Amino acid sequence: MTEESLVGAGRRAHGPAVAAAKARRWGAFYYAEQVLRVMKGYTWSILMYSVGQPVAYLFAMGVGLASLVDTGNAAIGGVSYLVFIAPALLVSAAVMTAANEFTFPVMAGFKWRRTYFGPHASPLTPGQIAAGHIMAVTLRLVLQSALYFAAVVLFGASPSEWGWAGILVATLTGLAFGLPLMAYSASITEDKGQFALVMRFIVMPLFLFSGTFFPLDNLPPAVRWVGWISPIWHGTELGRVLSFGYGEPPLLTVLHVAVLAGMAVTGWVLTRRRFALRMGQ
Amino acid sequence: MHNHALTSSGMLTGDPQSGTVISAANLVKTYGDAAAVDGISFSVPAGESFGLLGPNGAGKSTTMKMIGGVTRRTAGQLSIMGLDPDTHGPEVRAHLGVVPQQDNLDEELRVRDNLLVYGRYFGLPMSYLKPKADELLEFAQLTDKARSKVDALSGGMKRRLTIARSLINEPRILLLDEPTTGLDPQARHILWDRLFRLKEQGVTLILTTHYMDEAEQLCDRLIVVDKGRIMAEGSPAQLIREHSTREVVELRFGSERNATIGAQLEGIGERLEVLPDRVLVYAHDGESALEQVSARGLRPLTSLVRRSSLEDVFLRLTGRSLVD
Repeated sequence: MTEESLVGAGRRAHGPAVAAAKARRWGAFYYAEQVLRVMKGYTWSILMYSVGQPVAYLFAMGVGLASLVDTGNAAIGGVSYLVFIAPALLVSAAVMTAANEFTFPVMAGFKWRRTYFGPHASPLTPGQIAAGHIMAVTLRLVLQSALYFAAVVLFGASPSEWGWAGILVATLTGLAFGLPLMAYSASITEDKGQFALVMRFIVMPLFLFSGTFFPLDNLPPAVRWVGWISPIWHGTELGRVLSFGYGEPPLLTVLHVAVLAGMAVTGWVLTRRRFALRMGQ
Repeated sequence: MHNHALTSSGMLTGDPQSGTVISAANLVKTYGDAAAVDGISFSVPAGESFGLLGPNGAGKSTTMKMIGGVTRRTAGQLSIMGLDPDTHGPEVRAHLGVVPQQDNLDEELRVRDNLLVYGRYFGLPMSYLKPKADELLEFAQLTDKARSKVDALSGGMKRRLTIARSLINEPRILLLDEPTTGLDPQARHILWDRLFRLKEQGVTLILTTHYMDEAEQLCDRLIVVDKGRIMAEGSPAQLIREHSTREVVELRFGSERNATIGAQLEGIGERLEVLPDRVLVYAHDGESALEQVSARGLRPLTSLVRRSSLEDVFLRLTGRSLVD
């Protein structure tokens, strides 16, 4: 093909071959741009959420509740209660955001607004549309977690110099929980309130029983498994190691990373497959 | 819009000899046991307006989705600009502008942003997209709505915006799936006018419709599709000539009596079609057929002599009316 890009030489579009080559290469970024533009419309509420939530939680739990429980308890690593829960709150906030961004917008894309089907008719592939959505949400998670971490620092709750890495841990945890959920969202063809159930019976229990507010060992052995399968627990423990050198066997730390990465990758693969299936019919 | 020459990039990448931009042979698409498209063959030369006419569920949209490179075919050959959409999806889709049956505009973005965002999917830079978006908004008569939210647009405006969006990459082939379904007559005429201008610029239009007037207005050539198969093919005039008479007399005797009186009309015109609500008499000379009806002492409640339309062709071919 002898097509040349005519952009700049007049106001002509480049030819189909150029468009297809660019889309094959950068398609996921093009779609991410769309998702970010839509998010931009919600800048104010996203900001309020990202700043307001940490301040409220850190203050209520870390200052209010802490006044009752701060007894220099060795079970929480010998640090103040605020320091102990800060990584958990950071991680949980990312998971909550992921739970929202990978459910309702996916349903909107396939069903409510059918917004995925616009780009589907363009050179983009279903896998790129999924990837673009994921990339945009990842960016949101990084920014939100950075703001959250800034609040943690202001509250003086991140003693280690590695605490900032909690931003990455929170983002990874958001993806570990969010991507399998996204695959599920992409498989729903009829809205019967499934997402409300996910929030109430999966997100909330995980938030409460993942060693968030107290060490997992404090739970009866019969329910400790909730924590072990919970990305929030793995993310929280990892965050604690980074934030204040929480004592745990190094192998367990490696396991946290492996579990989180494994869940995220599996979720991504399943999501891609779902998107391709649903858009190829 | 610029009046693009036919030598536009991509135009000649199909089959330069015959200038065919789309060719389909024995195209089949099955869902489970049901065949939505059951062996359709056709080819479309560059610059033609080609229509798929048929009732809902005839397989028109499925055919369009296969051409559009978003649905894989079950069997048969398909080539768009010489490319197989199953193996060269992005390349095929880069050639096309697509107006889907259901609008899927980004309701959370503003009108103009919908065009910009869509252009990005083709890797087009903002320096091209910004002036292009303004140009297309003018073409779609939406310039004063550029900053509005999509929700605020009427159905006709949304449809025009979808068409504007489909033109952002300056495609030489435009796929339109039921472009005017659900629009009021005025909105339809505005849309037809815009499509006609594109046709004048040499854009190949592929459209599905179940409106025969739309097919007659816009299509150079069409296939009549029913139950996934092609019933007839030709220009609107050709189809009418081959499958119907020049004129039709529509007689209404009241719903109770149409069937019984139908029997008494035997022998008038070339052919009779008794429908629940009316009797159609197919004749070369409608007026004289109507006189014969009166001569037999029959007094219809209303009578109308009109030219044959594609509706009659469809009725003849399938025994059913097009819009149910």
